[in-house]
Amino acid sequence: MIKIDEKGFYGKFGGAYIPEMLHPNIEELRENYEQIMATPEFQKEFRGLLKDFVGRPTPLYFASRLSEKYGAKIYLKREDLCHTGAHKVNNTVGQIIMAKKLGKKRIIAETGAGQHGVATATVCALMGMDCTIYMGAVDIQRQRPNVERMKILGAKVVPATSGSQTLKDATNEAMRQWINNPVDTHYIIGSVVGPHPYPEMVARFQSVISEEIKWQLKEKEGTENPDIIIACVGGGSNAAGAFFHYYNVPQVRLVAAEAAGLGVTSGKSAATTVLGTSGILHGSKTLLMQTEDGQVVEPHSISAGLDYPGIGPVHAHLFDIGRAEFVAVEDEDAMKAGIELSRTEGIIPAIETAHAIHALNLIEYSKDDIIVINLSGRGDKDLDTYIKWGGY
Amino acid sequence: MSQVLTMNRIDNLFQTKKERVLSIYFTAGFPKLEDTLTIMQAIESAGANIIEVGVPYSDPIADGPTIQDSNQIALDNGMSLKRLFEQLQDMRQTVSLPVVLMGYLNPIIQYGMEAFCKKCQEIGVDGLILPDLPMQQYLDEFKEVFDKYDLRNTFLISPQTSEKRIREIDTHSNGFIYMVSAHSITGARTGISEEQIAYFQRVEAMNLKNPRLIGFGISDSETFTTASKYGNGAIIGSAFIKKIKESQDLKSDIESYIQSVIH
Ligand SMILES: Cc1ncc(COP(=O)(O)O)c(C=O)c1O
Repeated sequence: MIKIDEKGFYGKFGGAYIPEMLHPNIEELRENYEQIMATPEFQKEFRGLLKDFVGRPTPLYFASRLSEKYGAKIYLKREDLCHTGAHKVNNTVGQIIMAKKLGKKRIIAETGAGQHGVATATVCALMGMDCTIYMGAVDIQRQRPNVERMKILGAKVVPATSGSQTLKDATNEAMRQWINNPVDTHYIIGSVVGPHPYPEMVARFQSVISEEIKWQLKEKEGTENPDIIIACVGGGSNAAGAFFHYYNVPQVRLVAAEAAGLGVTSGKSAATTVLGTSGILHGSKTLLMQTEDGQVVEPHSISAGLDYPGIGPVHAHLFDIGRAEFVAVEDEDAMKAGIELSRTEGIIPAIETAHAIHALNLIEYSKDDIIVINLSGRGDKDLDTYIKWGGY
Repeated sequence: MSQVLTMNRIDNLFQTKKERVLSIYFTAGFPKLEDTLTIMQAIESAGANIIEVGVPYSDPIADGPTIQDSNQIALDNGMSLKRLFEQLQDMRQTVSLPVVLMGYLNPIIQYGMEAFCKKCQEIGVDGLILPDLPMQQYLDEFKEVFDKYDLRNTFLISPQTSEKRIREIDTHSNGFIYMVSAHSITGARTGISEEQIAYFQRVEAMNLKNPRLIGFGISDSETFTTASKYGNGAIIGSAFIKKIKESQDLKSDIESYIQSVIH
């Protein structure tokens, strides 16, 4: 069984390794989140916003030309059609309601690709909450349109200028600001990372993805269970959402696509399960890329959302026990897959998502297999990167 | 061995000195890789009471820009836990103050917690401050090893820490308790506010078994004296790092700075 234990561990991974200054906040969340989520008012507000504000359920779309090309029945779970353009908003809608129930006044968040930042700025605008987003200075450059979107929505965007100036550093900065403002501030973490209970809470908000896949596939194929589900993994929230209701259905193969960057042996990669070892990052024990001396290695991926040296503890566990297959997709192959999907199905995917598309070339399957690819986001934010790359 | 003959230096210190205890934090390997022992010797000759040696880490989430910077420079200089242990191998020939290592968990776990503690005892380290080691994890996984190698463990408390939690921390700490004075990462604030004084007094009135040092925001004689009124002393970190960053003569700059704080 894939299940979190009472101390917040999935097998060997997880926990809450946090400075004492954050203990009251984490404790408050840990003691209350399950109970708040279980109340009918919470569910009513959450479900209502997912339907009318986010636009759920998102379609489960049969990709006929892609299916023909690859020789399998390929469905795309269209998270790219969510309001704001990616799955990230499922989590921010849930967490903003949680923050309100906990009486918080201010929201902070980290962002890599800017999708989580935009999704956070959006729900803050919706609820009239003060919003500050921390973003690596490098990511601010490569995801310009999202930075402007956050500003239009009324959020303050603060550059993180330490280290590699990407997602890891933005997360460090958000944690520091939380330590400085612990009483009235809620930190909306954007993936299934961070100290317990964040990984589990975020996964539960994202689990609406697999909840819908089940009934949608039942309608279309007469079975709830695909043979294979593929999702990309940065921290792992879209993957956790797509896998959630299938964790304990062993006949469903779970495939996680990591970013190999310029190649797993190039020194410029973010393929955590290949290059990582057990350690502690951002409050949980997980697999992470580090030196022998325990310093965190600066990752590389062309996709800002996958440019992270760790993965969520649940994915470290899935890897550890062999429940999920992990594949590593290089920058160049992801870019090509993005163009391929654009031209075969008329969908320009986020570059993160393009990694999941390329995974079709890296796994085995047969022509009767039903494959669901979680189409985590759309490519609008990535036009600059597509244009610079230019191979189309 | 020595355990039987000598008491832990932290215990010793607080048995004889109950007020105006000054602890100085610096990052090992900063400003230059080989400055570690020079800095420790100068802290001692200047008249401070505890030396906190920071083990640099790539992602110090409880630290502000000044200490982050010093961590990064130290790493760029080539500092590592192994290198630090080499530098400190013979420190007890020239340094007699209590020495506390302060660092984040990950580098220590990669070294191996037991190997780390064993090495600490061997070279004469007296205590540890690991800001991302929570109390529960300490009790579940590490307390036994810390005790085995006679290392004191210091926890942090902040104005948000509940009375119940402070009591638990007091029960499970030995050595001293580190009171974070402002609700803040290191170096974020300077000066001491009324609100903080109320918090110091509240904790003082709890009559804890452990001595209390006040940290974060202490930089000069005035803040040191104020903090010392409400605790057994104080810790200076960021302000010290700023002083040594541009120093051309570490020994004399450190001595004159520390003396200006004490007097
Ligand atoms: C479209 C899209 N997919 C995937 C990710 C990666 O995050 P996660 O692994 O948490 O789903 C991001 C992150 O920004 C994203 O924007």
